[in-house]
Amino acid sequence: MTIIHERPSNPAAGDEDRPIGYGRIQRKEDPRFVRGKGNYLDDIVLPGMLHGAILRAPVAHARLVSIDTTNALAHPKVLAVITGKDLLGLKLAWAPTLSADVQAVLVTDKVRFQGQEVAFVVAEDRYAARDALELIDVEYDVLPPVIDARKALDADAPVIRDEIEGKTDNHIFDWEIGDKAETEAVFASADVVVSQEMVYPRVHPAPMETCGAIADFDAVDGKLTLYETTQAPHAHRTLFAIVAGIPEHKIRVVSPDIGGGFGNKVGIYPGYILAVVGSIVTGKPVKWVEDRSENLMSTSFARDYIMQGEIAATRDGKILAVRTNVLADHGAFNATAQPTKNPAGFFSIFTGSYDLKAAYCSVTGVYTNKAPGGVAYACSFRVTEAVYLVERMVDILARKLEMDPAELRLKNFIKPEQFPYANKTGWVYDSGNYEPAMRLSMQLAGYDELRREQREKRERGELMGIGISFFTETVGAGPRKHFDIVGLGMADGAELRVHPTGRAVVRLSVQSQGQGHETTFAQIVAEELGIPPEDIDVVHGDTDQTPFGLGTYGSRSTPVSGGAVALVARKVREKAKLIAAAMLETRPEDLEWEKGRWFVKGDPGAGKTISEIAMAAHGTMTLPEGVDGNLDAEITYDPPNLTFPFGAYICVVDIDPGTGHVKVRRFIAVDDCGTRINPMIIEGQVHGGLTDGVGMALMEIIEFDADGNCLGGSFMDYLIPTAMEVPDWETGFTITPSPHHPIGAKGIGESATVGSPPAIVNAVVDALAPYGVVHMDMPCTPARVWAAMQGRARPPI
Amino acid sequence: MQIPAPFDYVRATSVDNALELLSRHGAESRVIAGGHSLLPMMKLRLSRPEWLIDINDLYELDFILRDGDKLRIGALTRHTTLLESDEIAALFPIVRDAEAVIADPVVRNRGTIGGSLCQADPAEDLSTVCDVLGAEAVIRGPAGERILAMADFHRGPYETAVGQDEMLCEVRIPVRPRSGSAYEKVERRVGDWAVGAAGASVTLAADGTIADAAVGLTALGLDHTIAGAADLLRGQQPREELFVEAGRLAAAACDPVADQRGPIDYKRHLADELTRRVLRQACTRAAQTQEG
Ligand SMILES: Cc1cc2nc3c(=O)[nH]c(=O)nc-3n(C[C@H](O)[C@H](O)[C@H](O)COP(=O)(O)OP(=O)(O)OC[C@H]3O[C@@H](n4cnc5c(N)ncnc54)[C@H](O)[C@@H]3O)c2cc1C
Repeated sequence: MTIIHERPSNPAAGDEDRPIGYGRIQRKEDPRFVRGKGNYLDDIVLPGMLHGAILRAPVAHARLVSIDTTNALAHPKVLAVITGKDLLGLKLAWAPTLSADVQAVLVTDKVRFQGQEVAFVVAEDRYAARDALELIDVEYDVLPPVIDARKALDADAPVIRDEIEGKTDNHIFDWEIGDKAETEAVFASADVVVSQEMVYPRVHPAPMETCGAIADFDAVDGKLTLYETTQAPHAHRTLFAIVAGIPEHKIRVVSPDIGGGFGNKVGIYPGYILAVVGSIVTGKPVKWVEDRSENLMSTSFARDYIMQGEIAATRDGKILAVRTNVLADHGAFNATAQPTKNPAGFFSIFTGSYDLKAAYCSVTGVYTNKAPGGVAYACSFRVTEAVYLVERMVDILARKLEMDPAELRLKNFIKPEQFPYANKTGWVYDSGNYEPAMRLSMQLAGYDELRREQREKRERGELMGIGISFFTETVGAGPRKHFDIVGLGMADGAELRVHPTGRAVVRLSVQSQGQGHETTFAQIVAEELGIPPEDIDVVHGDTDQTPFGLGTYGSRSTPVSGGAVALVARKVREKAKLIAAAMLETRPEDLEWEKGRWFVKGDPGAGKTISEIAMAAHGTMTLPEGVDGNLDAEITYDPPNLTFPFGAYICVVDIDPGTGHVKVRRFIAVDDCGTRINPMIIEGQVHGGLTDGVGMALMEIIEFDADGNCLGGSFMDYLIPTAMEVPDWETGFTITPSPHHPIGAKGIGESATVGSPPAIVNAVVDALAPYGVVHMDMPCTPARVWAAMQGRARPPI
Repeated sequence: MQIPAPFDYVRATSVDNALELLSRHGAESRVIAGGHSLLPMMKLRLSRPEWLIDINDLYELDFILRDGDKLRIGALTRHTTLLESDEIAALFPIVRDAEAVIADPVVRNRGTIGGSLCQADPAEDLSTVCDVLGAEAVIRGPAGERILAMADFHRGPYETAVGQDEMLCEVRIPVRPRSGSAYEKVERRVGDWAVGAAGASVTLAADGTIADAAVGLTALGLDHTIAGAADLLRGQQPREELFVEAGRLAAAACDPVADQRGPIDYKRHLADELTRRVLRQACTRAAQTQEG
């Protein structure tokens, strides 16, 4: 089913008739934020709290010769200085990463990237802590670094992880998927084959709020309360139990309001562990909050994929196969946040939205002397890289075949009747109807008119480009049998309580970083039970108050926790039915549900509202056999499959031929995320993601010089887009519900970040066609665009 | 939060008081105006003054005055004031061109012309603007006041003629009839420092030929104005071939360095491209003022 129009809903809340359930309502959390009443980590002040600061390595690769902390300890406000040696004694010098590797908490033997943690100072205030860093004397013996991933596996490359026994190279993993021989055969017999190397450079999620933690260890009862900027509080609790050896029931992780995450706040950073150590050592709460440069230089980056892409097709434009070989730069430690069995994340969705005969990819991961990470920045576990690869390749093929890129895509889409569609790399796409989305996007853009305008402009020497990207995402992990993070299955719990007066509280394991959970999840309960969203409190972020689950990333909150919430509400509804039947002195099977109320079939006057039932459940009436005295339920939802949102994006750019400056003039985004719970929140997610896309396509990159100095360590050098660089977004949608999801919803949080960069780059390359440009890598800065115009397009790394 | 090294702070009550404080606290004291260059450097601990002498109360330095054939601008005049001044836009359109692309409103609301010129960052847009307009700097110190041409004021990247115990108080720009000026900058993002920029000022003779002209470049490795540009342009009717010639001169005169904003060949190309653009625009504007 595909719906192109939506039921009407209120454009603004505050109306008397705002929807009880799905629809456009203002976000419940916003009054708090717009009034400055949010409670972010750095707003939290505990009695007697101390402050930590981290000394970081100035070089990328160096043996640690000595650390002298005498002068720092002599600072009148300093209480402790912790070094790697101290941590060795506590068995905390190395911590497990989310990818079966270990990461140094503090350097003990060797610095492996610039900005790595070397020592931790705890002082009475953060000024003193920062000043004392300069009083620590460290001697380094500088080593040659490995910066270019292409050279990481050279025989003479310095070995970065020489602490791993027997390690003689910088190799992390090889991984492949698809049928290699079958793909080779298809390529061998294809009319047309095109190939292209493309680099998705290292970028950074750069959330507005940097990372931080406050650790409060109570030595008397052994309880650790840990406030953290985390997207996954429950996973962190379990990991802390494993890492720090504190029993899990003695750990409470609180994730307060989060100022943006984008995957940057999934992992456990050394600073978090150091705050805990600091609190244990001093017996006081210790706050550590990193500054902007620390965030950009040391926390989880994203991408850094060097991809060799190939596409095979018939002469008349039937795409047959896609093949790719990837070199993945994971930095100094393999700390990517991803499901255990997927070392390249969900990159194997590079088959895109097309019905292929064969597909194959191989990925090699390597260590370099750079900060660790790789899966972040709203990438849906590397779907960004995959979509970029296939959507660039399809455009390159269109150029080769002299076909319109929209027409080529339309010709090759998986057809609606082929869903559920098993692709060639093991995914089963749940539902899709691609052509209407593509056509709607073309219609909103005025595609034919744009092409006409472009022809006219080309004759005048003006550079205008039209870029298309059609993406299929794979989001919402579990199922737990396939997907886990360090052994924790990716299923989510939910608890719902309806209070005697009919107001409710729903408790979630996922944690919002700005996605509007307090509204969306209230709306799901509202839709299922008919309780107005404002009467439903959404509790999240505190492990003592919420059920277990894996957290918010990979666009999984609605696909997984959204399913959990719908099902727990239905459980309550079923319980309410039993109680209503007792109240109405009839049999449950004689009752019928309408939103908010059970009534007797054929006698609509005889019914009981959820409020009445809630009061009865907590009251004095005799409840039916087996029904206990409340209107509560809990559930853990293990999704049967992922969901596969998709979208059709069209970008129009103008390029100044004299300077190479790119202006994004228009951007049309048609998204299909299945059932739309709150269209306003969906649009907000899309707007944000499109802005990210402009950033990546045009300006963002974390570069390094040959010595391994990070050149993107501040917002002077790491540019993120402003309102001035982005056009008025033009959004549209189709609705193709997920057949397996309880409410038919798919994820939307990352669609636009995933889908927009190829649309923009395709537009830039299209604009530069008169110069014979077939490909250029991001970021399309003025200088790089100009170089491409001179026939000298270079990879950025 | 980025934290500077410890420092002391005092608010000056007058120019004389500021000068006295500068003398008293000596080499490790700095004047702070808008703070938008100094504070970021302090937060990165690249700059560590022991004393900050805040001159933001010195309203006597915040003015724009027409004084005969000079326009006088106080050193504490904010970017925003310059951007919004219609008088300046009419006399020196280059100022509005440049101010519109300096940083963002938050920075422009605080940053000052005095701070910009004294910072003397090679990418500072107002340095080029003042260069091509033939401005003078009024400097005060314990020994009194001195007035320097821009060529003498700027001593190279991050270096000016303002001594440690002196202050820049005012900038004076000559008002010339039949003049036009323009500025154009290429940036990677709004609010970013220039990849490269060019500014031009042109005065026309009564017959429409160029009587005088100056071209300057920002962030492209050229101090002061382009030597030879005035000679090339003087006495000529403004026309495209002339601008092309001037562009060539600019490309040859500049000495850019490769960095994240771009390689040398691109920056050299910008010197050429932008010089042509700003000269074209400055001549058009000069001709319009002539008509008007
Ligand atoms: C994000 C950002 C982007 C920017 N982008 C641009 C840009 O694109 N183009 C551009 O040109 N500039 C840009 N700037 C710089 C901005 O214009 C600054 O405001 C300006 O360079 C300095 O002015 P200020 O008043 O803030 O000086 P301050 O930071 O207060 O001082 C700078 C220096 O000048 C000295 N000083 C200040 N006033 C005097 C005086 N009267 N006499 C003697 N010494 C004095 C100070 O001691 C200090 O050494 C940017 C700044 C930021 C933060």
